[in-house]
Amino acid sequence: MKKTQLYLLALVISLIGLGAFYYKWQVLKFPLQAQQQSEIWEVQARVEFEAKSGPNKVTLQIPRNPPGYDVIDEKFVARNYGMNIELGKRTRAVQWQLRRGRGTQALYYRATVYRDQHADFDDTEPRLAVAAQTVEPYTTARSALLEQVREKSVDSASFAGELVRRLNAANPPGEVALLLERKPTPEARAHLAKDLLADRRIAARVIHGLALVETNANAQLMPFLQVWDSESHRWDTISTDTGAETWPEDMFLWSISQKPILEVENNPRAHVEFAVQRTIDDALAVAKGRLEAKDRNLVAYSLLNLPLQTQDVYRVLLMMPIGAFLLLILRNIVGIKTFGTFMPVLVALAFRETQLLAGVTLFVTVVGLGLLVRFYLEKLRLLLVPRLTAVLILVVFLMALVSVVSNRLGIEQGLSIALFPIVIMTMTIERMSVAWEERGAAFAMSEGIGTLIVAVLAFLVMNIRWLAHLIFVFPELLLVLFALTLLIGRYSGYRISELFRFRALAEDPITPAPVAAAPRVAD
Amino acid sequence: MLNPFTIAKRLHAIGLSGIGQRNAEFVLMYNQRRFYPRVDDKLITKRLALAAGLPVPQLYAVVREEHEIDELHEKLKNREGFVVKPAHGSGGDGILVISGRRGDRYRRANGALLSREEFDHHLSNMLSGLFSLGGQPDHVLVEYLVQFDPVFDQVSYKGVPDIRIISFLGYPVMAMIRLPTRLSDGKANLHQGAIGVGIDLATGITRRGVWGRELIGEHPDTESSIVGLHIPHWDQLLLIAAQAYDLVELGYVGVDIVLDKSLGPLLLELNARPGLAIQMANGHGLLHRLRKVQALEAAGALAKQPAERVAFAKRDIATL
Repeated sequence: MKKTQLYLLALVISLIGLGAFYYKWQVLKFPLQAQQQSEIWEVQARVEFEAKSGPNKVTLQIPRNPPGYDVIDEKFVARNYGMNIELGKRTRAVQWQLRRGRGTQALYYRATVYRDQHADFDDTEPRLAVAAQTVEPYTTARSALLEQVREKSVDSASFAGELVRRLNAANPPGEVALLLERKPTPEARAHLAKDLLADRRIAARVIHGLALVETNANAQLMPFLQVWDSESHRWDTISTDTGAETWPEDMFLWSISQKPILEVENNPRAHVEFAVQRTIDDALAVAKGRLEAKDRNLVAYSLLNLPLQTQDVYRVLLMMPIGAFLLLILRNIVGIKTFGTFMPVLVALAFRETQLLAGVTLFVTVVGLGLLVRFYLEKLRLLLVPRLTAVLILVVFLMALVSVVSNRLGIEQGLSIALFPIVIMTMTIERMSVAWEERGAAFAMSEGIGTLIVAVLAFLVMNIRWLAHLIFVFPELLLVLFALTLLIGRYSGYRISELFRFRALAEDPITPAPVAAAPRVAD
Repeated sequence: MLNPFTIAKRLHAIGLSGIGQRNAEFVLMYNQRRFYPRVDDKLITKRLALAAGLPVPQLYAVVREEHEIDELHEKLKNREGFVVKPAHGSGGDGILVISGRRGDRYRRANGALLSREEFDHHLSNMLSGLFSLGGQPDHVLVEYLVQFDPVFDQVSYKGVPDIRIISFLGYPVMAMIRLPTRLSDGKANLHQGAIGVGIDLATGITRRGVWGRELIGEHPDTESSIVGLHIPHWDQLLLIAAQAYDLVELGYVGVDIVLDKSLGPLLLELNARPGLAIQMANGHGLLHRLRKVQALEAAGALAKQPAERVAFAKRDIATL
């Protein structure tokens, strides 16, 4: 029979899934649970530029012996590019070259770093700073500013701090404003401060750090100003924001090079993006290393090797089958009615942005208000597609309204609805209003509530941390889910809701009686 | 109060078929998808039935485009009553029963008046696919309004009662009559509030009714008993159900027939996914009956002639 074939197929698929899972778990020792105590980070720089038709040369400054951290693994991803590492005195840069390029190029540098206790910044004495040649009125402005700063400082560090504070002042006096012309970024101000310090023979440099905070997909390099303290023979680090002397614990030193972080020859529009992510845990990193030693290809084709931004997307995507499976059980075995097939799962995804309570409130508010409008539109007798479009426009307005109002009230969740599925809400409103008219309010409400309940449950399940970790590290477990889905595809037993629907029949069936017998009436 | 396990056990004993079983073992197994258009598009069903010589309500007009709605009023000028339905409608959604008119307005079966504008809007919704399966653009059928047999006068509230017979491989296996109520707005669909009354296959006598989840013996609006009614033309009804299988080649199909005062039984439409409430109306599950036909199939003893199948159903299936 066909059913045997199905059982066999399901069995084979789940065995493959479980087998791969077992191998990764027992042999490669991939961890079953996320452990958060280790401090291992993945940092990534992604260079993007439009290639010129001729030769393209890219130079990216990269970390070298960052204080407080150890780089345990590095990867350079640049297909078709020639690559070499340039070592400076205390800097390091990667140089990529391409003879002939076309289209958008994306190059990656990735490092796995972990925190340790080792040494401070370098302490080799810098060359004496050389004052820059300047012209009037800048010369006067510079000396005026430096004179003011000198009166308030005792040593080179406090001098630099005061200077930074003055450059950052909200309403700078004339001479500062003059110097700050065309220097809008903290980066440019830091370099200005460095130049000014050179006027006073204070050796200074601008360095760049990356803050290592939990999953920072769009991290920014932060410039810091360092001045040489010739008495204690070390570099003092000064924040370019506050002028205070500080080097935060979680700051990862990217480079102390004074050259631009990214240089692409003849291509000023090239840019570099940074991403930071705490890796799942060190056990996983170790397992990955072990897998790599056994079979390079397995690592090359694993999710763990994707760029971090893509990994983030897959963390979400891989949970969707879980939500869909839950929906399948609730619909086909429990018998809950919902609008649309996968609508609840999509709504649940939207809840990720807003969190549960705000999401449900938003959904109910917008659908409720939308329904009111839709009932009015019914009176105008619009054609179907224009009516849907009208509702969609109103839904967008309603959401904007919710955002504005919640912003006024200081509720943050109202602002995080960027990806809330507008089309889905529109269709919900339309179907609900049609169901309302055709089958009555009770029916429409029950389906609407069913949709919401399934969405909430799907959200809760998709947000279980250990489950997300398990599926991301062992995606082959989805094969087991696939096999179960195939089996439920042939489930022919009663749904739980049917037991209630047909209860009266169970209590009072007409026994298979001879035809002639008088029919029994139940009442 | 029974616990769920007892309920499941008892339902299993009487052979009640759940939606999962209906879909997995019957609809998916016996109904080939390529034949679905024959029942999903009521226009195709009608043409097939006419070609096979089965009686159907006369087709007055077909509306395919928005602009044809205007011409429709002209075409229907001389018709007192008619029915407007979407060709791909499901579950009776969108069907408009017009029983007369008053000036420029149409009178619906429930007595409400419908302005021309409202009528046009409703048709335009049908054309846009509001009522069709999957929401694709649809066309609209306008056809003869059945003058129902007075035998049902006491047990219908407006609208037209119809007879649903489940036909499996051409064997009628279970039947019920669906009676409109005030709640169902004159429509004969159970989920809209109509009553389903089980019919004994062998005799054509009604047994008891189901209204929502409730088992009943009287019509809730007219208070007349719905038990023990003789359905006229019963053998002819069974024969139509048996012939429907040859018409559309779908193994598991619900056949909807109406009884007209003067024209007799008319085939209204077919349904490839007939509902399960018929089991409640009959106080009995479908499964034992379906298995009996499957036994015939396994033995290679399926009858070719519709009349033979009807005879088998009356003799052997009805007593299950």
